Order: sequence, then C-alpha cells, then structure tokens
Amino acid sequence: MKKTAWLNVERRSVTSGRLVFAVSIIAILAALVVAGIFFQIYGVSPIRAYQVILKGALGSRLGLAETVRRAIPLLLIGVGLTIAFRALFWNIGAEGQLLMGAIAAAGVALFSGLPDPLLLPVMFIAGFAGGAAWGLIPAFLKVKLGINDVITTLMMNYIAIYLMEWLIHGPWKGPTARGFAYTDQFPRAAWLPTLYGTRIHWPTLVLGLLLALVMYILVTRTRSGFEIRVVGENPDAARFAGISQLKTTLLVMLIAGGFAGLAGVGEVAGIHHKLLGPLNISMGYGYTAIIVAWLARRNPLAVIITSFLFAIIISGGDVIKVSLGLPFQLINVFNGLILFFLIGSEVFIRYKVSFSFRGQ
Amino acid sequence: MVANDGIDLKVRRGAIHCLLGENGAGKTTLMRILYGLYQPDEGEILLRGKPIQISSPRAALTHHIGMVHQHFRLVPTLSVEENVVLGLDEGIGPFLNLRKTRKKIGEISEEYGLPIDPQAKVWQLTVGQQQRVEIIKALYRDASILIMDEPTSVLAPQEVDQLFATLRTLVDDGLTIIFITHKLDEVMEISDQVTVLRQGKVVVTFPTSQTDKPSLAKSMVGREVVFRLEKSVVKRGEKLLQVDSVHALNDRGLPALRGMSLDLYGGEILGVAGVSGNGQTELAEILTGLRRVTKGRVILSGKAITNRSAREITDAGVAHVPAERISMGIVPALSVRENLILKSYRHPPFSLFCFLNRKESDANARRAMEDYQIAAPSDETATKLLSGGNIQRVVLARELSGDPRLIIAAHPTYGLDVGATEQVRQILLKQRERGAAVLLISEDLDEIMTISDRILVLFKGEVMGIIYADGADVEQIGLMMAGTRHEGAVGEKNRVA
Repeated sequence: MKKTAWLNVERRSVTSGRLVFAVSIIAILAALVVAGIFFQIYGVSPIRAYQVILKGALGSRLGLAETVRRAIPLLLIGVGLTIAFRALFWNIGAEGQLLMGAIAAAGVALFSGLPDPLLLPVMFIAGFAGGAAWGLIPAFLKVKLGINDVITTLMMNYIAIYLMEWLIHGPWKGPTARGFAYTDQFPRAAWLPTLYGTRIHWPTLVLGLLLALVMYILVTRTRSGFEIRVVGENPDAARFAGISQLKTTLLVMLIAGGFAGLAGVGEVAGIHHKLLGPLNISMGYGYTAIIVAWLARRNPLAVIITSFLFAIIISGGDVIKVSLGLPFQLINVFNGLILFFLIGSEVFIRYKVSFSFRGQ
Repeated sequence: MVANDGIDLKVRRGAIHCLLGENGAGKTTLMRILYGLYQPDEGEILLRGKPIQISSPRAALTHHIGMVHQHFRLVPTLSVEENVVLGLDEGIGPFLNLRKTRKKIGEISEEYGLPIDPQAKVWQLTVGQQQRVEIIKALYRDASILIMDEPTSVLAPQEVDQLFATLRTLVDDGLTIIFITHKLDEVMEISDQVTVLRQGKVVVTFPTSQTDKPSLAKSMVGREVVFRLEKSVVKRGEKLLQVDSVHALNDRGLPALRGMSLDLYGGEILGVAGVSGNGQTELAEILTGLRRVTKGRVILSGKAITNRSAREITDAGVAHVPAERISMGIVPALSVRENLILKSYRHPPFSLFCFLNRKESDANARRAMEDYQIAAPSDETATKLLSGGNIQRVVLARELSGDPRLIIAAHPTYGLDVGATEQVRQILLKQRERGAAVLLISEDLDEIMTISDRILVLFKGEVMGIIYADGADVEQIGLMMAGTRHEGAVGEKNRVA
C-alpha cells in the first residue's frame, strides 16, 4: 500500500495569547531536549544537569542573588530592545551600547571630579547618553542612507569593544592596577549600594522595573507608542499618514541604546567598580537580551519574567563549570538553541499546520 | 472558513466557460484547487471522465492544466524565453539550451497571434505583453485547459479585444478555457457557458446565449442591481486644485509625469483614465505629499502646496484613498479603532498632551462603524481580518472624517464586490454634493464614465485631453488611452450648470 503524507499549512486569522504562550513553552522545552544531547555527549545525564543548574541558580540565597544580579542588565536591555523591535529596527548592537554606557560612566567616575552626591546621577546620565549615541548612529544611517541596521549595529559592537580595550590598555590604565589592564578603582561615592551580602545593585534593578512599566505605557497609551507601532507594522502606512520614520527610528534607538547604556553603568558602578576587559563586563548580555525581548514577544512588561529566565541560564553556566566540570560555553549553545526554536516556532503561531496520512 | 461549499462544475471541452461571482464568492479558491494549490476537503475532480488527484501545480501540468494568474508569476529581470522555461528541465545536463525554446515560442506566437520577442526582458514589456508571456508559458507546457483569473483587469480596451481574439483562436484549436471574472459585459461577450458563484456555492449555470446581464447580476448579487447611479446636478464651485505643468519621476527615476496640468473645482468629480503605469500613481502621490515634484506647481485654493509633506497636505484638507488599500491605507495588524485615527491621532480629542484618549477613539470607531456600515466583530478586531470591502470602508471613514476639501481616490472600488462598489460610488457622489472636489483615478472605465463630471486621460505622463463625461464616447477614450491627443476640449467648453 502506498502512503502519501499530506502537509497542510493554513494561515491563522486569529492568534490567541494562550497559543503564543504554549508555543513559546514548547520551543523552550525543545531547546532543553536538544541541549540535553550535548550534556549526554559530555557524559552527564541531562536530567541531573538541569537539576544541578536549577538548584545552583535558585536553590540557595547566594545562588538566587547571583541570578537576580544577572537579570538586571538583561532586564534593562531587553526592555529597550522590545521598543526597537516594535519599530522593526533590528538592534543587534546592545552589547556595544552597554560598553559605551560603561565607558561613559567610568569616565565620569574617574575623571570628572564632581562632588560625591552628584557622581552617581551624572554617571547614569552619561551612560544613557553613551549608549544612546552608539544606537543613534545606525538609526541615522538606516533612515537617511538605507544602510542595513543589522550590519551597522553589529559592527558598532566591535568598535566599542576595541575602544574599551584601548582605553584600559592605554590612556585610562590605572597607575594602581599593578600592570593589569584595568582602570583605577572608582571612588566610593561612585559605587552603587547593594543588598546586604549580595551583588544585587538594587537601584539599577528598581530602575529596570520602573522603565519596563513606563515603556509598557509608552507603547500602549501614548502618541509616540502609536507612531512606533505604525512604523513597525507598516512603514508605507506611516509615510501615508505623515509619520516621520526618521524621528520614530531615532526615538526607539535613543531608548534602546540608552537603556543598554544604563545597564553598562549598573555593571561598572554596581559590580566591578572599575573599567576592565569588555568580556569581563558583559559576556554577551547584549546578545542574550535579544532572545529575552523576543521571548517576551516585544512586550516590555513580559521582559521582567523572561530576563529572569535567562538569568537562570547564565547562572547555570557558572554552576555547570563549578559543579559538573563542564565548559560554561555550553550555555551559549543553549541560548542559541532557544532562539533557534523560538524563531522556528513562529510558523506555528502564524500558520495552522496539520498532517494527515491517507492510504491509497 | 468554507470558501467552496459543495461546488459542482462541468466544463465542456473546447468551450470558454466563465466563472462569475463577486469578490469572496470562491472563484479563485475553486481555481486554485484545480491548479493544485489547495486541496479539497471533500469531493473529486474528473478529467475526461476519469478521477484525478491534483496535488501540486506540477501535477496540474501533467494533466495539461495551465493557469494565468491575475498577478503574473514572472521574473522581471529574466527574458521571455527564460521565463517560459522556468521550472522545466530543458537543455542538456546543467546547461540551458534555449534555441529550441525560441523556435517553439515562435511557432506558438505565430499560430495563436501572440506576437512577442523571446529575448526581451520581461520588465520592458507592457502589462498586455506580459500576459501574453503567461499564456505562451502555459501553451509551451501543452496546456489543454487554461484557467484565466480576471485577465482583463490590467488591460486597456484595445488590449482586451486582442486578448479575446486570441482566446477564440485557442478554443477553435480545441483548448478549453475557464475564465474568471466579475464583469458582466465580458461574460456576455466571450463565453459559451457561464457559472455563477455566490458565497462559495454554485447559484446557476447557463449557456450564455440563454441569459442576459440583469439576470446574471441578480444571481451574482442575490438581488436586483441598479446599473445607473443617480447623479444629481451640482453647481460647480470655485477652483480648488490647480496642477500646473508638473513633472515627476517614478520609483526607477524615469520621468512619470511630463508637464501635466489640470484644474479641479468644488462639487466636481474629475475621472483620470489611462492604462495602468501611465503616471496615475505618481499623480496621486504628488498631490498627497508622497512624491516630489521636479518641476511645476500644485496649488490648493490659491496656496502653493508643491512638495509639502504628507502631514501638511492632510492638514490642509486633502484626503487620500490610496490604491494600495492594504499595504498603505491601513496598518493591518492594528485594530479598526486605531486605524480610524491613523491621521487624526495627534489632534484633540484623540490625544491629550502625549497620551491617547481611548474613550474618544472608541466613540469615534463606533460612530464610523455605524455610519459606514463597517462589518467587524468589534472595533478591537485587527483590520487585516476584515473583507476588502470593509477595509475600504475603514479607509473611507477615516479619510472623509473632517470633511476634506479635496479627495484623491485611487482605484476606490478595485476588487470590491458589487454591493460595496455601489456604496463607495454613492459615498463619492455625496462628497461631490457637499461641495468637495474629487479626483477619481480608476482603471474601470465604466466607473469613470458613470460618476465623473469630466474625464482626463493620461498617457505616458501627459494629458491626452479632458472631455466631459456627458456623452463621452468609449472609443474616443480608448484612442486617447492609446496615445491619441484629443484637441479642443481641454478648455471650458460648456460649464457644468
């Protein structure tokens, strides 16, 4: 008997929130299963690996605190990225924007000579401006010259990385750093307070939560939010309605770049208290936040949850290194798989796919 | 949704069989089933008495079924012959051998009167010629059944005559043609048999010789249709729009408008006729701030609006019903409520400082949905889920709110069903009675002749003449569309009373 498989793909007219949620969960589970294969290759049972990761990331006060502090930059960047992605600006450059924020804040902390109470606020402002400037350049290039945003934002990352390397090896290298490629330590007044006994720099966390709420209101309730959605959903209709693509794109990148810059301030002022190697400061928050924003389906409030989820995974990286003796880069594999399955699962959100087998 | 519900269709060999129905009646779905693009959930297809499975367009090909889509499936940068062999396994191994193809194309074009240069690039061809390529493509694949989806919608009257002549040669040669249309005149002119579809069901099938236009229209719409719209006498108002020897480029940077001028008065509908691609799109765009004028002036009520931004022009009281209703006129993913304020969201009462006033936009949506009979589950429904007619109602409701002085309507009834078409035309006539000036760009000559006061014909970006719609002659307009200048009537021959 000959069998023919029929694959039917139909466009969905309505997508429910429940469907999106279910599909997202399934995508994550699928990523877990495939990542499990890699654990198996290293001779560790995936189930045990996941148990260890969860226990390490959430099971103790210290583990939980580490997870929360990882969530802070993801939250800030993720919230900004939801806005950029809503306007269909593909900002892959949050990593560089974060680093520029860190550089700007470090500059203020080390060289401004401002009175102590002003130091932190000005660092945040400078960090925002640094990240925003880094984001506005590609925005301008895209609207005015039609240069692809993915490429420019990505390339701007490398400029930021090498600028930072140059600063810490060159002009900003600290006399007290004993030959290491660091700047000097920031004055105490430039340190963010942390929750007792942890590295949770809570002012940045509060700022992130607040901005998530503000951005949610911006998107759903304001004129600018309406313009952002129109530009993102249909640029031709925006042109038709007289909405300026330039202004809107600049606005979203001011926000996305600025927020990434704030995350950079949080990392140097809250954790390291000096400027050091780009990899030590970020280890890819800017890239992970892309997945965070995507999993949140571009909803700023949902970023609060998804950033925490990915913080667990990043903390998991430390755990598998320490407890299981596995390379922490496995986490990058895992992140990649999640993004892969998330994007792949879009098909199931937009289309109804069904199989039917008929004998002939 | 059920697009086709228990349809029985019998097509005789060697006949031209018309499928007539309004938009959304299921014509295209049915044809896509025959062409293997969709699979039926139930029922069977018999070809020469034998049941067959058409699982894909390739399978349709093996059964000698060919299709000419409404929107052509051609690669513009490739030549005619390359397009013809696209997807076929011609030549030796990985190498193309187009010599044989060229010869066969020559034979086909000679036999059926389809003159074409096989080596011309498709983008250089006119729409009519591109359609010819599509027909040749099907014949090259030995199609014996040819499905044509609304083939005349893109053609000038003369091109339509030529197409019909070709179709007749084809059926004389034993081919079978299924001709999809919603134009009654075409059915009467070309077909042997006609099947009327309504809401996914077959209403009736008759031999064309035993029916007439009114009864076809009645079975298509399900009620009597008025063919003539009541056009009241409106006193022509003051001059609202003056376009003064305007030049503009198209997207490719080639001249699209070459020194065209027109005057438009309040209480008047000026129809712009012409084969598509002769500057109509660009004309609408320069009048609405979407395209730059390179030379010349545009004056609205005595004030120059040349090259002003879309926003300034909107604020000056110009409404635009764009040709690309879905890709430009609305934001498909946003709700009906939000689409209705797409142009007024910046002004009170819809916004207060930087915030949008939800209550006002809700009230506005409810009002518009009632006034314009927009059928939507709620004002929060994503606009893309509405039917074409309802989307157009959303666009009209938005554009006509605030009583604009000048209305640029591009193809306002294109693709709409008979009921919606009638309503849209009524709305435009009502605007005219209110004293607004309407510039109506359309490829539907009937429409232009029915509701315009004067008719302007564009050819290659130039005005071939402006004639009064009263007593206008289709032949004359056809000639002008083909590039014959009509002298004399450009001025104000007999002022509309």
